[in-house]
Amino acid sequence: MNPVVSLVAFLAVSITTAVIGFYGLRISRTTGDFYVASRTVPPWWNASAIGGEYLSAASFLGVAGLILLSGTDALWFPVGYTAGYLMLLLFVAAPLRRSGAYTIPDFTQARLDSALVRRVTSLVVVAVGWLYIVPQLHGAALTIRITTGLPSWVGSTAVVVVVCLTVVAGGMRSITFVQAFQYWLKLTALAVPVVFVLLVLAGNGSAPQAPLTVNPTSQAAAGAYQHISLLVALLFGTLGLPHVLVRFYTNPDGQSARRTTLIVLGLLSVFYLFPTLSGALGRMYAPELAQSGQADALVLLLPGRLIGGTAGDVLSALVVAGAFAAFLSTTSGLVVSLSGVISQDLFGGSVKGFRLAAVLAAVVPLGFAFMTDSLALAGSVGLVFAFTASTICPVLLLGIWWRGLTDAGAIAGMLTGALLCGGAMVAGTVMGGGSAPAWLAQPAAWTVPAAFAVTVAVSVMTKGRVPSSVDRIMSRLHVPERPVVTER
Amino acid sequence: MPDSPLFSLAAIAVIVLAVAVVVGVGLKVIRSFRDLGTDAERATYNTLHAASRAGQHLRGGLQPAGAAKASKQLRVLLGCDALAITDTDAVLAWDGAGEELRPSLMRLAADVLSTGRTVVVPHARDAGIEKPGQDFSAVIAPIRAGSRVVGAVAALAPAAGAGLVRATSEVADWIAAQLELAELEASRTLLMEAEVRALRAQISPHFIYNSLNAIASFINTDPARARELVVEFADFTRYSFRRHGDFTTVAEELRCIDRYLLLERARFGERVQVSLRIAPEVLSTVIPFLSLQPLVENAVRHGLEAKEGPGHITICANDSGAFAEVTIEDDGVGMDPEHLRSVLAGHTDGDHVGLRNVDARLRQVYGDEHGLVIETAPGEGTLITLRVPKSQPGHDA
Repeated sequence: MNPVVSLVAFLAVSITTAVIGFYGLRISRTTGDFYVASRTVPPWWNASAIGGEYLSAASFLGVAGLILLSGTDALWFPVGYTAGYLMLLLFVAAPLRRSGAYTIPDFTQARLDSALVRRVTSLVVVAVGWLYIVPQLHGAALTIRITTGLPSWVGSTAVVVVVCLTVVAGGMRSITFVQAFQYWLKLTALAVPVVFVLLVLAGNGSAPQAPLTVNPTSQAAAGAYQHISLLVALLFGTLGLPHVLVRFYTNPDGQSARRTTLIVLGLLSVFYLFPTLSGALGRMYAPELAQSGQADALVLLLPGRLIGGTAGDVLSALVVAGAFAAFLSTTSGLVVSLSGVISQDLFGGSVKGFRLAAVLAAVVPLGFAFMTDSLALAGSVGLVFAFTASTICPVLLLGIWWRGLTDAGAIAGMLTGALLCGGAMVAGTVMGGGSAPAWLAQPAAWTVPAAFAVTVAVSVMTKGRVPSSVDRIMSRLHVPERPVVTER
Repeated sequence: MPDSPLFSLAAIAVIVLAVAVVVGVGLKVIRSFRDLGTDAERATYNTLHAASRAGQHLRGGLQPAGAAKASKQLRVLLGCDALAITDTDAVLAWDGAGEELRPSLMRLAADVLSTGRTVVVPHARDAGIEKPGQDFSAVIAPIRAGSRVVGAVAALAPAAGAGLVRATSEVADWIAAQLELAELEASRTLLMEAEVRALRAQISPHFIYNSLNAIASFINTDPARARELVVEFADFTRYSFRRHGDFTTVAEELRCIDRYLLLERARFGERVQVSLRIAPEVLSTVIPFLSLQPLVENAVRHGLEAKEGPGHITICANDSGAFAEVTIEDDGVGMDPEHLRSVLAGHTDGDHVGLRNVDARLRQVYGDEHGLVIETAPGEGTLITLRVPKSQPGHDA
């Protein structure tokens, strides 16, 4: 593959992101445009932004790689990533939009009237954000290494630098437009090469090297427990992702927040068709990638292998552009929401503090990324979802739907979830390799219920601590907004 | 997958967390074993500590929840078997033994509540109240707020000595002092709300006066336009006279600015040009009602009116971390910073009523660091920046 083409693709995406970020604001000259300027973002546009922010390295590279490795079992990942939004739609989107809280710490503080809960939630949110950024950086490292031959650190450092520069320079002032653009770029970057590959294959009628059903590796198939645990992690984990929740504030009210979520479901479903197709094609035409441990790079390598020549180079460049769109959008979304949380709790919310926090939010995971090496992007992101599902999700769900939640219960639940899920991850590492039992490798199925149970139990035991503001907050969360009467 | 970096990351996170917990607990333990002084010093400390803890719970007034928490501390303070706090109608809290006697306590307290004098009941049996098998005595002291008796404190002990009687009436007086503090707190909150309302009420007449003048100038020359403007004006007043809420959203405030500018253009024509750069993320941010329109009005009245030729106003709203930042810039005549300072400080009764009003309300609601930031110099135009937190769960738009 031509390294120059890949580099150009990377630069093009970075520059476009920055330009849209800086100049994407609607500029209007006449007072007649006031109505245009003061109209909120339409739901489909906002939905694209959510899709753009949500589809990370795991979706763009990881899913196809996992389908190559484990076939239909891996379909649970796209199903879970998408179905998580159903949970969001049903249980969280509208009430959270009505709460008026911009971050999860804001929400828990308002709901439970406790500064300590806020601090604990902030810690958990920052941990989740950092854990989530690391796989993005691994994805960038992998992409740069495979497509240009440069050392791995170049890729992750480049992403961190671009994100830091744009966020610090105020380039994410119109982050909604940036993210919406990234969604369509990612979709194009995956869909066009797959369509071309299918056309070429149909044209020359080349026979597959291996049938779709043959397992290209010697790994045993996962059992029912793993599937259930994974689904629990993905379904509940989506509820607590800090960068996704913020997006709902661009909706003017709870109802349009629901409509947005519905469109997101559609957009994600369309998107995941293509990694699935890529994975299936990879199984048939490039099974050797599975043995060489390059499964995550399947999407990047497929056009070059099956089409080749200049056309292959151009299509590869498109995929590289899409991949970097994925790393940049998810990372910048996370960095923006993390620096919001960090700057508010650590630096008193000043502009300078926000910039410092942005650098902190991006550089710490870079350090982690240097120290570690990723093997399976979809799997690592799945674990982040498990961690989120065991910590933030119980507090969020119970906070919205149960009057009896207390600050003590929330803290106990979050700590239990963090210790159990974190402990399982550590224990899995200590055991090493594939020898960790399934219940350690996929802890969500028991850590999530445990966190819920502890939250409820401690809340019931500390009934007296239910905040006196609970009636006001609950009615605010669940009573639909007044219709806007000033509209002519 | 267990090789995944996340495992090692999680390992680091868990270790850091564990170390933090151990250090935290360790510090607490060490602190509790440190030298705490003589017995007398410790007794003084314990008494004051219990009193201040109980005081916090009474800051909400004489309520069952607060009284229940305070009575625990106060019972320890008095060293009696049971302690009860009543208001004038019912027992609010009972801490300690003999809870089953709770219903009959009001009978004993009736005398105290009506006369306002401390009553000692040496033998509850004589008053017809008896715990199965044992007698006890009670000291009941009134809680006086000003000249009224608002409640009573009852201390129950096997035998009521002079010490307990004195201590109980001191505790009752102390509770009364706490309740007065609570009242003070409540009236301070009311005062603040009233001040915000007064500031808000001040702004509208100012604008109405200006608008009506502008419309009046069209009634003879262009009646159709004047009619249109009156309709605009009606829409504007519907917004600014609305009853509910002291807060609104950036989007609604922008609509209000639009109507305002239509009215101003009636007078200034094309001399006033406006550009907008609004990030959609901040449109739903909650801001104090009528906090942007007066700033635009200020830009028109004091920046552009005195200027020759066309003037330009730029309104930007940006997302800035946990805050929304709104800037209003004009290329008008600017102001003398010293003069502006004295206007904002309230020393000069200048024309910039709107600026001072908005500044004062922002400081009132969000704290001093969220006042207006104004950059200006004579002849250099004016840039006004306003930063409000995006998350305001306590404020309904």
